[in-house]
Amino acid sequence: MANPVTPAKATRQTTVRKPARRIRGWDNRMAFFTLIPSLILLGVFVYGFIAWSGYVSLTNWNSLIPTLTWAGLRNYATIFSSFRFQSDLRNLVVFTVLFIAGDLVIGMILALLVDQKIRAEGLFRSIFIYPMAISMVVTGVIWSWILNPTTGINLFFHALGFTHVPEWFLSSRFAPSVHLGQIDIGIPVGLLAVVIAAVWQMSGFAMAVYLGGLRSVPEELKEAARIDGAGPWRTFWSVILPQLKGTTATIVVIQAAASLKVFGLIYAMTGSGQDFSTDMPNLNMFQTTFQGDAFAQGAAIAIVLLLLMAAFTVPYVLSMLRGER
Amino acid sequence: MAARRVNQTLIYLVLIIASILYLLPVYVVLVTSLKSNAAVSLAHMWNLPAHPGLSSIRAAWAQLSQNFGNSFYLAIPATLLSSALGAINGYALSKWRFRGANALFFVILMGLFIPYQSVLIPLLRVMDTIGLYNSIPGLIIVHTVYGIPITTLIFRNFYANIPDDVLEAAKIDGTGYWGIFRYVILPLSVSGFVVSAIWQFTQIWNNFLFAVSLTNPPNQPVTVALVNIAGSQTIQWNVQMASALLVSIPTLVVYIVLGKYFVRGLLAGAVKG
Repeated sequence: MANPVTPAKATRQTTVRKPARRIRGWDNRMAFFTLIPSLILLGVFVYGFIAWSGYVSLTNWNSLIPTLTWAGLRNYATIFSSFRFQSDLRNLVVFTVLFIAGDLVIGMILALLVDQKIRAEGLFRSIFIYPMAISMVVTGVIWSWILNPTTGINLFFHALGFTHVPEWFLSSRFAPSVHLGQIDIGIPVGLLAVVIAAVWQMSGFAMAVYLGGLRSVPEELKEAARIDGAGPWRTFWSVILPQLKGTTATIVVIQAAASLKVFGLIYAMTGSGQDFSTDMPNLNMFQTTFQGDAFAQGAAIAIVLLLLMAAFTVPYVLSMLRGER
Repeated sequence: MAARRVNQTLIYLVLIIASILYLLPVYVVLVTSLKSNAAVSLAHMWNLPAHPGLSSIRAAWAQLSQNFGNSFYLAIPATLLSSALGAINGYALSKWRFRGANALFFVILMGLFIPYQSVLIPLLRVMDTIGLYNSIPGLIIVHTVYGIPITTLIFRNFYANIPDDVLEAAKIDGTGYWGIFRYVILPLSVSGFVVSAIWQFTQIWNNFLFAVSLTNPPNQPVTVALVNIAGSQTIQWNVQMASALLVSIPTLVVYIVLGKYFVRGLLAGAVKG
Protein backbone atom coordinates (compact mmCIF):
# COMPACT_ATOMS: atom_id res chain seq x y z
CA MET A 1 0.00 0.00 0.00
CA ALA A 2 2.81 2.37 0.82
CA ASN A 3 4.93 1.45 -2.14
CA PRO A 4 3.24 1.46 -5.55
CA VAL A 5 6.15 -0.26 -7.29
CA THR A 6 6.68 -3.66 -5.74
CA PRO A 7 9.30 -5.71 -7.54
CA ALA A 8 9.19 -9.44 -7.04
CA LYS A 9 12.56 -9.41 -5.29
CA ALA A 10 11.42 -7.10 -2.53
CA THR A 11 8.37 -9.23 -1.88
CA ARG A 12 10.54 -12.27 -1.53
CA GLN A 13 12.80 -10.47 0.91
CA THR A 14 9.93 -9.55 3.19
CA THR A 15 8.73 -13.13 3.28
CA VAL A 16 12.19 -14.24 4.32
CA ARG A 17 12.59 -11.51 6.90
CA LYS A 18 9.23 -11.77 8.54
CA PRO A 19 9.82 -14.75 10.85
CA ALA A 20 13.27 -13.42 11.76
CA ARG A 21 11.81 -10.09 12.80
CA ARG A 22 9.17 -11.82 14.89
CA ILE A 23 11.81 -13.85 16.69
CA ARG A 24 13.96 -10.80 17.21
CA GLY A 25 11.10 -8.87 18.82
CA TRP A 26 10.58 -11.72 21.22
CA ASP A 27 14.31 -12.10 21.81
CA ASN A 28 14.69 -8.42 22.60
CA ARG A 29 12.16 -8.94 25.34
CA MET A 30 14.13 -12.02 26.41
CA ALA A 31 17.23 -9.82 26.75
CA PHE A 32 15.31 -7.62 29.15
CA PHE A 33 14.03 -10.62 31.13
CA THR A 34 17.54 -11.99 31.62
CA LEU A 35 18.55 -8.73 33.33
CA ILE A 36 15.79 -9.04 35.92
CA PRO A 37 17.70 -11.24 38.43
CA SER A 38 20.62 -8.82 38.48
CA LEU A 39 18.31 -5.84 38.65
CA ILE A 40 16.47 -7.32 41.62
CA LEU A 41 19.73 -8.14 43.42
CA LEU A 42 21.16 -4.66 42.85
CA GLY A 43 17.79 -3.10 43.53
CA VAL A 44 17.87 -4.65 46.99
CA PHE A 45 21.60 -4.69 47.83
CA VAL A 46 22.48 -1.28 46.37
CA TYR A 47 19.45 0.96 46.04
CA GLY A 48 17.29 -0.61 48.73
CA PHE A 49 20.12 -0.71 51.26
CA ILE A 50 21.11 2.89 50.49
CA ALA A 51 17.52 3.99 51.10
CA TRP A 52 17.53 1.95 54.32
CA SER A 53 20.81 3.56 55.44
CA GLY A 54 19.35 6.95 54.59
CA TYR A 55 16.35 6.16 56.75
CA VAL A 56 18.54 4.93 59.64
CA SER A 57 20.52 8.17 59.46
CA LEU A 58 17.32 10.06 60.26
CA THR A 59 16.46 8.05 63.38
CA ASN A 60 17.61 7.86 67.00
CA TRP A 61 19.24 4.43 66.61
CA ASN A 62 22.43 5.26 68.49
CA SER A 63 22.62 2.27 70.80
CA LEU A 64 22.46 -1.49 70.46
CA ILE A 65 18.67 -1.32 70.61
CA PRO A 66 17.28 -0.21 67.22
CA THR A 67 15.31 2.85 68.26
CA LEU A 68 13.80 3.85 64.95
CA THR A 69 12.14 7.03 66.16
CA TRP A 70 12.42 10.12 63.97
CA ALA A 71 15.42 12.33 64.64
CA GLY A 72 15.33 14.55 61.60
CA LEU A 73 18.78 15.83 60.68
CA ARG A 74 20.10 15.65 64.24
CA ASN A 75 22.68 12.95 63.44
CA TYR A 76 24.04 15.05 60.59
CA ALA A 77 24.32 18.03 62.94
CA THR A 78 26.14 15.82 65.44
CA ILE A 79 28.70 14.47 63.00
CA PHE A 80 29.36 17.79 61.28
CA SER A 81 30.04 19.46 64.62
CA SER A 82 32.27 16.63 65.86
CA PHE A 83 36.03 17.08 66.00
CA ARG A 84 36.55 13.68 64.46
CA PHE A 85 34.36 14.13 61.38
CA GLN A 86 35.70 17.63 60.73
CA SER A 87 39.20 16.17 60.87
CA ASP A 88 38.06 13.40 58.51
CA LEU A 89 36.83 15.85 55.91
CA ARG A 90 40.10 17.77 56.07
CA ASN A 91 42.05 14.53 55.76
CA LEU A 92 39.88 13.34 52.90
CA VAL A 93 40.49 16.55 50.94
CA VAL A 94 44.25 16.51 51.64
CA PHE A 95 44.57 12.82 50.86
CA THR A 96 42.52 13.00 47.66
CA VAL A 97 44.37 16.03 46.28
CA LEU A 98 47.86 14.73 47.06
CA PHE A 99 47.08 11.18 46.00
CA ILE A 100 45.61 12.23 42.65
CA ALA A 101 48.37 14.77 42.01
CA GLY A 102 51.03 12.17 42.81
CA ASP A 103 49.31 9.60 40.61
CA LEU A 104 48.92 11.94 37.65
CA VAL A 105 52.50 13.22 37.74
CA ILE A 106 54.19 9.88 38.38
CA GLY A 107 51.82 8.01 36.08
CA MET A 108 52.52 10.49 33.28
CA ILE A 109 56.30 10.41 33.76
CA LEU A 110 56.34 6.61 33.76
CA ALA A 111 54.06 6.45 30.72
CA LEU A 112 56.26 8.88 28.80
CA LEU A 113 59.38 6.89 29.68
CA VAL A 114 57.82 3.54 28.79
CA ASP A 115 56.53 5.03 25.52
CA GLN A 116 60.07 5.80 24.20
CA LYS A 117 60.29 2.62 22.10
CA ILE A 118 62.45 1.05 24.78
CA ARG A 119 63.56 -2.52 25.17
CA ALA A 120 61.84 -4.70 27.80
CA GLU A 121 58.85 -2.37 27.78
CA GLY A 122 56.58 -5.16 29.00
CA LEU A 123 58.83 -5.86 31.97
CA PHE A 124 58.87 -2.22 33.10
CA ARG A 125 55.11 -1.94 32.69
CA SER A 126 54.62 -5.08 34.76
CA ILE A 127 56.83 -3.70 37.53
CA PHE A 128 54.88 -0.44 37.74
CA ILE A 129 51.48 -2.17 37.73
CA TYR A 130 52.06 -5.17 40.02
CA PRO A 131 51.17 -3.29 43.24
CA MET A 132 47.60 -3.07 41.89
CA ALA A 133 47.34 -6.85 42.30
CA ILE A 134 48.12 -6.65 46.02
CA SER A 135 45.60 -6.09 48.80
CA MET A 136 45.56 -2.62 50.35
CA VAL A 137 45.88 -4.18 53.79
CA VAL A 138 49.09 -5.89 52.64
CA THR A 139 50.31 -2.52 51.41
CA GLY A 140 49.44 -1.01 54.77
CA VAL A 141 51.31 -3.68 56.71
CA ILE A 142 54.41 -3.52 54.50
CA TRP A 143 54.63 0.27 54.40
CA SER A 144 54.10 0.60 58.13
CA TRP A 145 57.36 -1.36 58.37
CA ILE A 146 59.22 0.57 55.65
CA LEU A 147 58.10 3.93 57.06
CA ASN A 148 58.45 2.89 60.68
CA PRO A 149 60.19 5.88 62.33
CA THR A 150 62.65 3.69 64.24
CA THR A 151 63.81 1.67 61.23
CA GLY A 152 63.05 1.38 57.51
CA ILE A 153 63.80 4.37 55.33
CA ASN A 154 64.98 6.33 58.34
CA LEU A 155 68.04 4.06 58.63
CA PHE A 156 69.21 5.59 55.36
CA PHE A 157 68.62 9.09 56.70
CA HIS A 158 70.63 8.22 59.81
CA ALA A 159 73.39 6.78 57.66
CA LEU A 160 73.46 10.04 55.69
CA GLY A 161 73.99 11.92 58.94
CA PHE A 162 70.53 13.43 59.50
CA THR A 163 69.69 13.82 63.16
CA HIS A 164 66.10 14.93 62.64
CA VAL A 165 64.41 12.12 60.75
CA PRO A 166 60.75 12.11 59.69
CA GLU A 167 58.26 10.56 62.09
CA TRP A 168 56.20 9.45 59.08
CA PHE A 169 52.74 8.25 60.00
CA LEU A 170 53.34 8.77 63.72
CA SER A 171 53.71 12.51 63.23
CA SER A 172 50.94 14.63 64.67
CA ARG A 173 52.19 17.89 63.14
CA PHE A 174 50.31 20.03 60.66
CA ALA A 175 51.95 22.00 57.91
CA PRO A 176 50.80 24.73 57.95
CA SER A 177 48.80 24.75 61.15
CA VAL A 178 45.89 27.17 61.05
CA HIS A 179 43.24 26.87 63.72
CA LEU A 180 39.74 26.93 62.36
CA GLY A 181 37.15 26.30 65.00
CA GLN A 182 38.22 23.15 66.82
CA ILE A 183 40.47 21.61 64.15
CA ASP A 184 43.79 22.48 62.55
CA ILE A 185 43.57 23.23 58.88
CA GLY A 186 46.69 22.15 57.07
CA ILE A 187 48.38 19.05 55.79
CA PRO A 188 48.57 16.41 58.53
CA VAL A 189 52.19 15.28 58.11
CA GLY A 190 51.33 11.76 59.24
CA LEU A 191 48.96 11.43 56.31
CA LEU A 192 51.82 11.91 53.85
CA ALA A 193 53.10 8.43 54.66
CA VAL A 194 49.71 7.00 53.70
CA VAL A 195 49.74 9.03 50.48
CA ILE A 196 53.16 7.56 49.61
CA ALA A 197 51.87 4.02 50.11
CA ALA A 198 48.71 4.75 48.11
CA VAL A 199 50.63 6.31 45.22
CA TRP A 200 52.99 3.32 45.18
CA GLN A 201 49.99 1.04 44.95
CA MET A 202 47.89 2.89 42.37
CA SER A 203 50.15 4.95 40.12
CA GLY A 204 50.42 1.97 37.77
CA PHE A 205 46.79 2.54 36.89
CA ALA A 206 47.45 6.15 35.85
CA MET A 207 50.48 4.96 33.88
CA ALA A 208 48.46 2.32 32.03
CA VAL A 209 45.67 4.76 31.17
CA TYR A 210 48.10 7.48 30.09
CA LEU A 211 50.06 4.99 28.01
CA GLY A 212 46.88 4.10 26.13
CA GLY A 213 46.15 7.82 25.75
CA LEU A 214 49.64 8.64 24.48
CA ARG A 215 49.38 5.93 21.85
CA SER A 216 46.11 7.28 20.55
CA VAL A 217 47.49 10.79 19.94
CA PRO A 218 47.60 11.02 16.12
CA GLU A 219 51.15 10.84 14.73
CA GLU A 220 50.33 13.70 12.31
CA LEU A 221 49.84 16.07 15.23
CA LYS A 222 53.27 15.33 16.67
CA GLU A 223 54.75 15.46 13.18
CA ALA A 224 53.13 18.86 12.51
CA ALA A 225 54.50 20.22 15.79
CA ARG A 226 57.97 18.97 14.88
CA ILE A 227 57.81 20.60 11.46
CA ASP A 228 56.74 23.86 13.11
CA GLY A 229 60.01 23.68 15.03
CA ALA A 230 58.59 22.76 18.43
CA GLY A 231 61.00 20.90 20.72
CA PRO A 232 59.96 17.83 22.68
CA TRP A 233 58.87 19.85 25.75
CA ARG A 234 56.89 22.32 23.68
CA THR A 235 55.24 19.44 21.80
CA PHE A 236 54.34 17.78 25.08
CA TRP A 237 52.82 20.88 26.71
CA SER A 238 51.01 22.33 23.71
CA VAL A 239 50.10 19.29 21.63
CA ILE A 240 50.11 16.05 23.60
CA LEU A 241 48.85 17.21 27.00
CA PRO A 242 45.75 18.98 25.59
CA GLN A 243 44.96 15.80 23.64
CA LEU A 244 45.01 13.88 26.92
CA LYS A 245 42.47 16.08 28.69
CA GLY A 246 39.79 13.37 28.58
CA THR A 247 42.28 10.74 29.74
CA THR A 248 43.30 12.90 32.68
CA ALA A 249 39.65 13.51 33.61
CA THR A 250 39.05 9.76 33.59
CA ILE A 251 42.01 9.09 35.89
CA VAL A 252 40.91 11.87 38.25
CA VAL A 253 37.37 10.48 38.54
CA ILE A 254 38.44 6.85 39.04
CA GLN A 255 41.13 7.76 41.55
CA ALA A 256 38.87 10.15 43.44
CA ALA A 257 36.39 7.29 43.74
CA ALA A 258 39.20 5.06 44.99
CA SER A 259 40.22 7.69 47.50
CA LEU A 260 36.66 7.96 48.83
CA LYS A 261 36.71 4.19 49.32
CA VAL A 262 40.10 4.01 51.11
CA PHE A 263 39.64 1.90 54.21
CA GLY A 264 41.88 -1.16 54.49
CA LEU A 265 45.05 0.84 53.91
CA ILE A 266 44.34 3.21 56.81
CA TYR A 267 43.02 0.40 58.98
CA ALA A 268 46.18 -1.68 58.51
CA MET A 269 48.76 1.10 58.38
CA THR A 270 47.95 3.85 60.84
CA GLY A 271 44.48 3.64 62.29
CA SER A 272 42.97 6.97 63.23
CA GLY A 273 46.30 8.44 64.33
CA GLN A 274 46.91 10.92 67.10
CA ASP A 275 44.07 13.47 67.23
CA PHE A 276 42.57 11.77 64.19
CA SER A 277 45.40 13.10 62.03
CA THR A 278 45.21 10.08 59.70
CA ASP A 279 41.53 9.22 60.18
CA MET A 280 39.15 8.90 57.24
CA PRO A 281 35.34 9.04 57.04
CA ASN A 282 35.20 5.33 56.13
CA LEU A 283 37.09 4.32 59.24
CA ASN A 284 35.04 6.71 61.36
CA MET A 285 31.83 5.20 60.00
CA PHE A 286 33.03 1.67 60.70
CA GLN A 287 34.09 2.40 64.27
CA THR A 288 31.15 4.67 65.09
CA THR A 289 28.74 2.01 63.89
CA PHE A 290 30.23 -1.30 64.92
CA GLN A 291 32.37 -0.37 67.89
CA GLY A 292 30.45 2.65 69.18
CA ASP A 293 27.01 1.23 68.32
CA ALA A 294 25.94 4.68 67.07
CA PHE A 295 24.23 3.22 64.02
CA ALA A 296 22.34 6.36 63.02
CA GLN A 297 25.46 8.51 63.17
CA GLY A 298 27.41 5.91 61.23
CA ALA A 299 24.68 5.85 58.61
CA ALA A 300 24.82 9.66 58.41
CA ILE A 301 28.57 9.52 57.72
CA ALA A 302 27.97 6.90 55.04
CA ILE A 303 25.30 8.99 53.36
CA VAL A 304 27.59 12.04 53.28
CA LEU A 305 30.26 9.88 51.61
CA LEU A 306 27.73 8.57 49.13
CA LEU A 307 26.62 12.08 48.16
CA LEU A 308 30.24 13.17 47.71
CA MET A 309 30.83 10.15 45.50
CA ALA A 310 27.68 10.66 43.45
CA ALA A 311 28.52 14.32 42.85
CA PHE A 312 31.25 13.41 40.38
CA THR A 313 30.60 9.79 39.38
CA VAL A 314 27.04 10.35 38.13
CA PRO A 315 28.11 13.03 35.60
CA TYR A 316 31.10 10.86 34.64
CA VAL A 317 29.06 7.74 33.93
CA LEU A 318 26.38 9.74 32.11
CA SER A 319 28.96 11.38 29.84
CA MET A 320 30.64 8.01 29.28
CA LEU A 321 27.35 6.47 28.15
CA ARG A 322 26.45 9.48 26.02
CA GLY A 323 29.89 9.45 24.39
CA GLU A 324 29.25 5.93 23.09
CA ARG A 325 26.55 6.98 20.73
CA MET B 1 73.49 10.53 17.36
CA ALA B 2 75.57 10.96 20.50
CA ALA B 3 72.85 13.12 22.05
CA ARG B 4 70.33 10.41 21.27
CA ARG B 5 72.47 7.79 22.94
CA VAL B 6 72.83 9.96 26.07
CA ASN B 7 69.06 10.41 26.07
CA GLN B 8 68.48 6.68 25.75
CA THR B 9 70.88 5.98 28.61
CA LEU B 10 69.10 8.56 30.76
CA ILE B 11 65.71 7.01 30.03
CA TYR B 12 66.90 3.56 31.05
CA LEU B 13 68.59 4.99 34.14
CA VAL B 14 65.38 6.66 35.33
CA LEU B 15 63.32 3.57 34.51
CA ILE B 16 65.70 1.33 36.45
CA ILE B 17 65.70 3.65 39.48
CA ALA B 18 61.91 3.79 39.38
CA SER B 19 61.76 -0.01 39.11
CA ILE B 20 64.01 -0.37 42.15
CA LEU B 21 61.74 1.94 44.13
CA TYR B 22 58.63 0.01 43.06
CA LEU B 23 60.27 -3.30 43.95
CA LEU B 24 61.63 -2.06 47.29
CA PRO B 25 58.70 -3.52 49.27
CA VAL B 26 59.28 -6.91 47.65
CA TYR B 27 62.91 -6.83 48.77
CA VAL B 28 61.93 -5.82 52.29
CA VAL B 29 59.27 -8.52 52.52
CA LEU B 30 61.53 -11.25 51.17
CA VAL B 31 64.59 -10.52 53.28
CA THR B 32 62.53 -10.03 56.45
CA SER B 33 60.49 -13.20 55.85
CA LEU B 34 63.64 -15.26 55.48
CA LYS B 35 65.04 -14.13 58.82
CA SER B 36 64.33 -15.99 62.02
CA ASN B 37 62.82 -14.46 65.16
CA ALA B 38 66.28 -14.09 66.65
CA ALA B 39 67.81 -12.52 63.55
CA VAL B 40 65.21 -9.84 62.92
CA SER B 41 66.21 -6.46 64.27
CA LEU B 42 65.17 -2.88 63.66
CA ALA B 43 68.73 -1.74 63.04
CA HIS B 44 69.49 -4.31 60.36
CA MET B 45 66.23 -4.26 58.50
CA TRP B 46 67.81 -3.83 55.08
CA ASN B 47 70.48 -6.48 55.51
CA LEU B 48 70.23 -9.79 53.76
CA PRO B 49 69.53 -12.66 56.15
CA ALA B 50 72.80 -14.18 57.37
CA HIS B 51 71.17 -17.62 57.68
CA PRO B 52 68.09 -17.59 55.46
CA GLY B 53 65.45 -20.01 56.66
CA LEU B 54 61.77 -20.75 56.45
CA SER B 55 60.95 -20.58 60.16
CA SER B 56 59.06 -17.27 59.83
CA ILE B 57 57.13 -18.42 56.80
CA ARG B 58 56.26 -21.63 58.61
CA ALA B 59 55.07 -19.66 61.64
CA ALA B 60 52.97 -17.41 59.41
CA TRP B 61 51.47 -20.39 57.59
CA ALA B 62 50.48 -21.98 60.88
CA GLN B 63 48.42 -18.86 61.63
CA LEU B 64 47.02 -18.38 58.14
CA SER B 65 46.39 -21.80 56.63
CA GLN B 66 42.76 -21.99 57.68
CA ASN B 67 42.09 -18.47 56.43
CA PHE B 68 43.66 -19.44 53.12
CA GLY B 69 41.07 -22.14 52.78
CA ASN B 70 38.34 -19.62 53.58
CA SER B 71 39.60 -17.18 50.96
CA PHE B 72 39.71 -19.80 48.21
CA TYR B 73 36.33 -21.15 49.23
CA LEU B 74 35.03 -17.56 48.99
CA ALA B 75 36.83 -16.22 45.95
CA ILE B 76 36.36 -19.10 43.50
CA PRO B 77 32.55 -19.46 43.64
CA ALA B 78 31.99 -15.70 43.89
CA THR B 79 34.26 -15.15 40.87
CA LEU B 80 32.45 -17.76 38.80
CA LEU B 81 28.97 -16.58 39.80
CA SER B 82 29.61 -12.88 39.23
CA SER B 83 31.33 -13.60 35.91
CA ALA B 84 28.41 -15.74 34.74
CA LEU B 85 25.90 -13.02 35.63
CA GLY B 86 28.13 -10.44 33.96
CA ALA B 87 28.24 -12.49 30.76
CA ILE B 88 24.45 -12.85 30.67
CA ASN B 89 23.96 -9.13 31.32
CA GLY B 90 26.67 -8.04 28.93
CA TYR B 91 25.19 -10.18 26.15
CA ALA B 92 21.72 -8.74 26.74
CA LEU B 93 22.96 -5.15 26.86
CA SER B 94 25.35 -5.23 23.91
CA LYS B 95 23.71 -7.48 21.35
CA TRP B 96 20.01 -6.75 21.77
CA ARG B 97 18.08 -3.53 21.56
CA PHE B 98 15.19 -3.07 23.91
CA ARG B 99 13.66 0.07 25.29
CA GLY B 100 15.45 1.42 28.33
CA ALA B 101 18.59 -0.69 27.79
CA ASN B 102 20.88 2.25 28.42
CA ALA B 103 18.97 3.41 31.48
CA LEU B 104 19.18 -0.10 32.94
CA PHE B 105 22.89 -0.26 32.22
CA PHE B 106 23.28 3.03 34.09
CA VAL B 107 21.35 1.60 37.04
CA ILE B 108 23.64 -1.46 37.09
CA LEU B 109 26.86 0.47 36.54
CA MET B 110 26.33 2.96 39.36
CA GLY B 111 26.66 0.06 41.78
CA LEU B 112 30.37 0.26 40.98
CA PHE B 113 30.69 3.73 42.41
CA ILE B 114 29.13 3.44 45.85
CA PRO B 115 31.13 3.62 49.05
CA TYR B 116 30.18 0.24 50.52
CA GLN B 117 29.80 1.84 53.94
CA SER B 118 26.50 3.20 52.63
CA VAL B 119 25.03 -0.34 52.45
CA LEU B 120 26.83 -1.90 55.38
CA ILE B 121 24.28 -1.52 58.18
CA PRO B 122 21.33 -3.04 56.26
CA LEU B 123 23.66 -5.67 54.79
CA LEU B 124 24.66 -6.90 58.24
CA ARG B 125 21.04 -6.96 59.39
CA VAL B 126 19.89 -8.91 56.37
CA MET B 127 22.76 -11.39 56.51
CA ASP B 128 22.05 -11.90 60.19
CA THR B 129 18.32 -12.39 59.58
CA ILE B 130 18.82 -15.00 56.87
CA GLY B 131 21.44 -16.78 58.96
CA LEU B 132 24.42 -16.02 56.72
CA TYR B 133 26.24 -13.57 58.97
CA ASN B 134 29.69 -14.91 59.85
CA SER B 135 29.70 -17.46 57.05
CA ILE B 136 31.59 -17.86 53.82
CA PRO B 137 28.39 -18.51 51.81
CA GLY B 138 27.20 -15.11 53.04
CA LEU B 139 30.36 -13.46 51.74
CA ILE B 140 29.99 -15.34 48.45
CA ILE B 141 26.55 -13.79 47.97
CA VAL B 142 27.82 -10.32 48.89
CA HIS B 143 30.77 -10.44 46.50
CA THR B 144 28.67 -11.92 43.73
CA VAL B 145 26.08 -9.15 43.98
CA TYR B 146 28.52 -6.24 44.31
CA GLY B 147 30.61 -7.76 41.51
CA ILE B 148 27.75 -7.58 39.01
CA PRO B 149 28.41 -3.95 37.93
CA ILE B 150 32.06 -4.49 36.96
CA THR B 151 31.53 -7.90 35.33
CA THR B 152 28.59 -6.52 33.35
CA LEU B 153 30.76 -3.64 32.20
CA ILE B 154 33.63 -5.97 31.26
CA PHE B 155 31.37 -8.29 29.24
CA ARG B 156 29.35 -5.50 27.66
CA ASN B 157 32.55 -3.89 26.38
CA PHE B 158 33.89 -7.27 25.32
CA TYR B 159 30.77 -8.29 23.39
CA ALA B 160 30.49 -4.86 21.79
CA ASN B 161 33.70 -5.76 19.95
CA ILE B 162 32.15 -8.90 18.42
CA PRO B 163 30.68 -7.75 15.10
CA ASP B 164 26.88 -8.00 14.85
CA ASP B 165 27.29 -9.80 11.47
CA VAL B 166 28.42 -12.86 13.40
CA LEU B 167 24.97 -12.99 14.97
CA GLU B 168 23.03 -12.14 11.82
CA ALA B 169 23.49 -15.54 10.19
CA ALA B 170 22.27 -17.32 13.30
CA LYS B 171 19.31 -14.95 13.57
CA ILE B 172 18.27 -15.60 9.97
CA ASP B 173 18.52 -19.33 10.61
CA GLY B 174 15.94 -18.76 13.31
CA THR B 175 18.28 -19.53 16.21
CA GLY B 176 16.81 -18.12 19.40
CA TYR B 177 18.22 -15.92 22.14
CA TRP B 178 19.86 -18.68 24.15
CA GLY B 179 20.91 -20.64 21.06
CA ILE B 180 22.90 -17.66 19.83
CA PHE B 181 24.42 -17.22 23.27
CA ARG B 182 25.33 -20.89 23.55
CA TYR B 183 26.61 -21.57 20.03
CA VAL B 184 27.84 -18.18 18.79
CA ILE B 185 28.73 -15.96 21.75
CA LEU B 186 30.06 -18.38 24.38
CA PRO B 187 32.71 -19.95 22.11
CA LEU B 188 34.02 -16.43 21.48
CA SER B 189 33.94 -15.47 25.17
CA VAL B 190 37.02 -17.21 26.52
CA SER B 191 39.21 -14.16 26.89
CA GLY B 192 36.27 -12.15 28.25
CA PHE B 193 35.87 -14.75 30.98
CA VAL B 194 39.60 -14.70 31.67
CA VAL B 195 39.57 -10.91 32.12
CA SER B 196 36.48 -10.99 34.32
CA ALA B 197 37.63 -13.95 36.38
CA ILE B 198 41.10 -12.55 37.04
CA TRP B 199 39.71 -9.18 38.02
CA GLN B 200 37.05 -10.60 40.30
CA PHE B 201 39.37 -13.13 41.91
CA THR B 202 41.90 -10.39 42.71
CA GLN B 203 39.28 -8.00 44.06
CA ILE B 204 37.54 -10.60 46.19
CA TRP B 205 40.78 -12.10 47.51
CA ASN B 206 42.08 -8.64 48.43
CA ASN B 207 38.85 -7.28 49.89
CA PHE B 208 38.93 -6.27 53.51
CA LEU B 209 35.80 -4.25 54.32
CA PHE B 210 33.17 -6.97 53.75
CA ALA B 211 35.46 -9.59 55.26
CA VAL B 212 36.02 -7.68 58.50
CA SER B 213 32.39 -6.58 58.76
CA LEU B 214 30.73 -9.91 58.10
CA THR B 215 32.98 -12.58 59.60
CA ASN B 216 34.52 -13.57 62.91
CA PRO B 217 37.17 -16.20 63.58
CA PRO B 218 37.46 -18.91 62.35
CA ASN B 219 35.54 -17.85 59.23
CA GLN B 220 37.71 -14.89 58.32
CA PRO B 221 39.43 -14.52 54.94
CA VAL B 222 43.20 -14.00 54.79
CA THR B 223 43.13 -10.20 54.68
CA VAL B 224 41.47 -10.01 58.08
CA ALA B 225 43.80 -12.62 59.51
CA LEU B 226 46.78 -10.60 58.25
CA VAL B 227 45.54 -7.44 59.96
CA ASN B 228 45.00 -9.38 63.16
CA ILE B 229 48.58 -10.69 62.98
CA ALA B 230 49.96 -7.22 62.21
CA GLY B 231 47.92 -5.66 65.01
CA SER B 232 49.16 -8.10 67.58
CA GLN B 233 51.89 -6.71 69.83
CA THR B 234 53.47 -10.09 70.39
CA ILE B 235 54.12 -11.06 66.79
CA GLN B 236 57.44 -10.06 65.32
CA TRP B 237 58.03 -8.21 62.07
CA ASN B 238 59.48 -11.27 60.34
CA VAL B 239 56.23 -13.18 60.84
CA GLN B 240 54.19 -10.16 59.79
CA MET B 241 56.17 -9.82 56.57
CA ALA B 242 55.98 -13.56 55.94
CA SER B 243 52.19 -13.31 56.36
CA ALA B 244 52.02 -10.36 53.96
CA LEU B 245 54.02 -12.44 51.49
CA LEU B 246 51.76 -15.49 51.79
CA VAL B 247 48.58 -13.40 51.45
CA SER B 248 49.91 -11.83 48.24
CA ILE B 249 51.16 -14.96 46.51
CA PRO B 250 47.89 -16.16 44.89
CA THR B 251 47.04 -12.81 43.28
CA LEU B 252 50.65 -12.14 42.32
CA VAL B 253 50.94 -15.54 40.64
CA VAL B 254 47.79 -14.80 38.67
CA TYR B 255 49.19 -11.39 37.75
CA ILE B 256 52.56 -12.74 36.66
CA VAL B 257 51.01 -15.50 34.54
CA LEU B 258 48.09 -13.54 33.06
CA GLY B 259 49.10 -9.90 33.53
CA LYS B 260 47.84 -8.82 30.12
CA TYR B 261 44.30 -9.82 31.07
CA PHE B 262 44.60 -8.21 34.49
CA VAL B 263 45.44 -4.89 32.86
CA ARG B 264 42.39 -5.20 30.63
CA GLY B 265 40.23 -5.61 33.72
CA LEU B 266 42.03 -2.68 35.31
CA LEU B 267 41.21 -0.48 32.35
CA ALA B 268 37.61 -1.69 32.02
CA GLY B 269 36.24 1.04 34.21
CA ALA B 270 38.29 3.71 32.52
CA VAL B 271 37.90 2.96 28.84
CA LYS B 272 34.74 3.80 27.04
CA GLY B 273 32.98 0.72 25.64
